[in-house]
Amino acid sequence: MATVAEVTEVHAPAPGHKGLWSWITTVDHKRIGILYLWSALLFFIVGGIEALLIRLQLFTPNGEILSADAYNQLFTMHGTTMVFLVVMPLASGFVNYLLPLLLGARDVAFPRLNAFSYWVFFVGGVLLYSSFILGGSPDGGWFGYAPLSTQVPEYVRMDFWAVGLLTLGVASIASSANFIATILTMRAPGMTLMRMPVFVWMTLVISFLLLFSLPTITVGLFQVFFDRNFGTLFYETAAGADPLLWQHLFWLFGHPEVYVLILPAMGIVSEILPVFSRKPLFGYSFVVFSGIAIGFMGFGVWSHHMFTSGMGPVAEAGFAISTMMIAVPTGIKIFNWIGTTWGGRIRLTTPMLYALAFIAMFVIGGLSGVTHSIVPADTQQHDSYYVVAHFHYVLFGGAILGLFAGIYYWYPKMSGRMLSERLGKWQFWITLIGFNLTFLPMHMLGLNGMPRRTYRYDENLGFDLWNAVATIGGFVIALGVLLFVINVIWSRRHGEIAGDDPWDARTLEWATSSPPPEHNFDQVPLVHSRDDFWHRKYTLDAEGFLQQRDEPVGDWIPEADPEHIHMPSPSYYPALTALGMGIVGYGVLYQPAGFIVAAIGALVLMWGAFGWSMEPVTRTPEPMAHDDRHPELEAAAATEEVESE
Amino acid sequence: MTDLVTAEGHGEHISTHPDMNVVRKTAMWVFLGSECIFFGSLIATFLLYRTETRGGPTAKELFDIPFTSASSFILLMSSLTMVLAHNARERRDPRQLRIWLLATALLGSTFLAGQAFEFTEFAHEGLKLTTSPFASSFYVATGFHGAHVAVGVLMLLALLFMSMSGRLRTGEGMNVELVGLYWHFVDVVWIVIFTVVYLLQV
Ligand SMILES: [Cu+2]
Repeated sequence: MATVAEVTEVHAPAPGHKGLWSWITTVDHKRIGILYLWSALLFFIVGGIEALLIRLQLFTPNGEILSADAYNQLFTMHGTTMVFLVVMPLASGFVNYLLPLLLGARDVAFPRLNAFSYWVFFVGGVLLYSSFILGGSPDGGWFGYAPLSTQVPEYVRMDFWAVGLLTLGVASIASSANFIATILTMRAPGMTLMRMPVFVWMTLVISFLLLFSLPTITVGLFQVFFDRNFGTLFYETAAGADPLLWQHLFWLFGHPEVYVLILPAMGIVSEILPVFSRKPLFGYSFVVFSGIAIGFMGFGVWSHHMFTSGMGPVAEAGFAISTMMIAVPTGIKIFNWIGTTWGGRIRLTTPMLYALAFIAMFVIGGLSGVTHSIVPADTQQHDSYYVVAHFHYVLFGGAILGLFAGIYYWYPKMSGRMLSERLGKWQFWITLIGFNLTFLPMHMLGLNGMPRRTYRYDENLGFDLWNAVATIGGFVIALGVLLFVINVIWSRRHGEIAGDDPWDARTLEWATSSPPPEHNFDQVPLVHSRDDFWHRKYTLDAEGFLQQRDEPVGDWIPEADPEHIHMPSPSYYPALTALGMGIVGYGVLYQPAGFIVAAIGALVLMWGAFGWSMEPVTRTPEPMAHDDRHPELEAAAATEEVESE
Repeated sequence: MTDLVTAEGHGEHISTHPDMNVVRKTAMWVFLGSECIFFGSLIATFLLYRTETRGGPTAKELFDIPFTSASSFILLMSSLTMVLAHNARERRDPRQLRIWLLATALLGSTFLAGQAFEFTEFAHEGLKLTTSPFASSFYVATGFHGAHVAVGVLMLLALLFMSMSGRLRTGEGMNVELVGLYWHFVDVVWIVIFTVVYLLQV
């Protein structure tokens, strides 16, 4: 970083970087990313406790710990939490923190919209979890099948689920549009699309998946909510409604969602494997295009969740084939990752261990997934523990292990300190063993006929042994998570100072300090190649051997005015707008009286939105909307302001 | 290092500031793409239930095509006035801009009034929200479109207010181009709804 200008005065969050208010009003993508990550880890622990309670109940036949009702609430909230409040926001946290850094940008396209997304997510989480103290949590499964979920209007429980998910959907739509705009328009000069890190590519695919899949569940959720509260007949089969409508709307979202959950981990692993293999990613364009292919094909397989619903042989055959096909791009990725490590100089650090375990566990989950595409086999496996085993291999063995790889890899960049490698490796092995102990037996349980979502099983059915093993495994995982928490606490005080580039990494986020300054880069990098930072550090000598440069070289674009890098100012309007949404949410849950509350919420919402659009992005004395291509535009705008006075 | 390219050259002329108008339009376009799926799902539900009238009024008995055609025409005209507003903005003519913004908002409100009138008429003829799956899906699909028009009218009025108080800027905040995109989209959705939900059912 020798070429970087020494002193840079940064305009923006002038007062206080500390305190609750600074977190509520922050529009810095890194701080928002950290908020996402901490919230998600908190929910991870909560969702984990729910899982442990479920496992305790199933530890022995005829378990006595939970009532059927409590069990329904717990498995519903466990699923909903892990999908919407853990894996998605964990991924969102990484994207928030890293996207601008990876692209050589100073921030995302819309910093305040970004803050809004986080606060809406936060409000949605609060809504969902407040149900526990307001009459019981949702109890209709994370998939909320109607007409089951529309049948019990005397409970407000599934209303919490519908309103909570609608709220979380708004957060995801907003951040998806934001990320797409960032990726397509905010890249550093020279950062062509095919030079972008794979993690960025996967973010792009995920954002499009969310944008085009969330609307179908949104419509379904509105219909469920209206059925339960206003007497509409979308799912009233006695009145001629179609009981399959919900399943189609839900899974048209639900299957793309599966890729929303796994693609971030795939992106993370694609960043980590090259660094610790000391080789570029093998077949970069194959990894990218197979990711895009997964995105497209992900919209054409949803009915494999409905093979037992009687769709008829033509639809079943079609969806069976498309489901088998989608394994192809996934397989391509696996081979590319193996190819990346092949012949590399491998360093088995904690992130690398997690990344390698991700590949192994994901292969197991992927293969059991392909067995679901075979309709007769699926008919046997449907609603059994075999399915539970499958998706936990994909979502825990895949998504969560991949995200842990990311946490160990980027924690030094985010905090400036290393996590303990020793504790990390202990955590890794304990988690991996616990994970397999928990979920491998579920394959056996499922094939032996144990149904999902039942709170008890009789003895003498042959389920005793594997259930006991799975429960022990669950607690081993919990021990692993505990070690992680200890590791983070330990590292805050005693972690080794990381420095800019502790892993000898390849991408631009390592070219700035750890943690990065508010404005990310003192000067914006001029990108010349894929893995640009690596090429700034290394060169090839005459015989073609890798040679480290004495000092990183590379182009930085001199700031026209290095004294004034304009960063967006903090704003409380995004949080206020989200608060308005939350008030509306609680209001509609308790109509008709709640409509007054909802109206107040709508006013708060409009106040926030209006204040937001009136407030300049950067509050500085200089003129705003600096537009160097059309100087006449600014002059005209100024005239207009004068005229209207 | 084979793909080391310096097409951009070195230095001074490279702008690190993206054109915020392009950035904002990109986000608006992908959001509208998402909205297409939203309305697609609503219309698909309606098509699924178009004959599930449960003994209540049917589409044939209810729909007053001349009336709805008239209100559709009003909404389409509002797209024209929106274009004129945008054009006035390009010509930096704040007076014309305000006139056409107001006209667009008024036409949108007229359409909404027409929808409210239509809904009351249908209710009188026995089509309540809870009458049949047909009724539920009709009211919810057209109602969500109406809600979008209402949000659009609010945004138009906000633009009008911003223009009057001299806070309308080019690169940030709400601007005429973005609201225009949204407004035209809502009109296009109505053309689809008018065709599929109304015309094809009578
Ligand atoms: Cu699926």
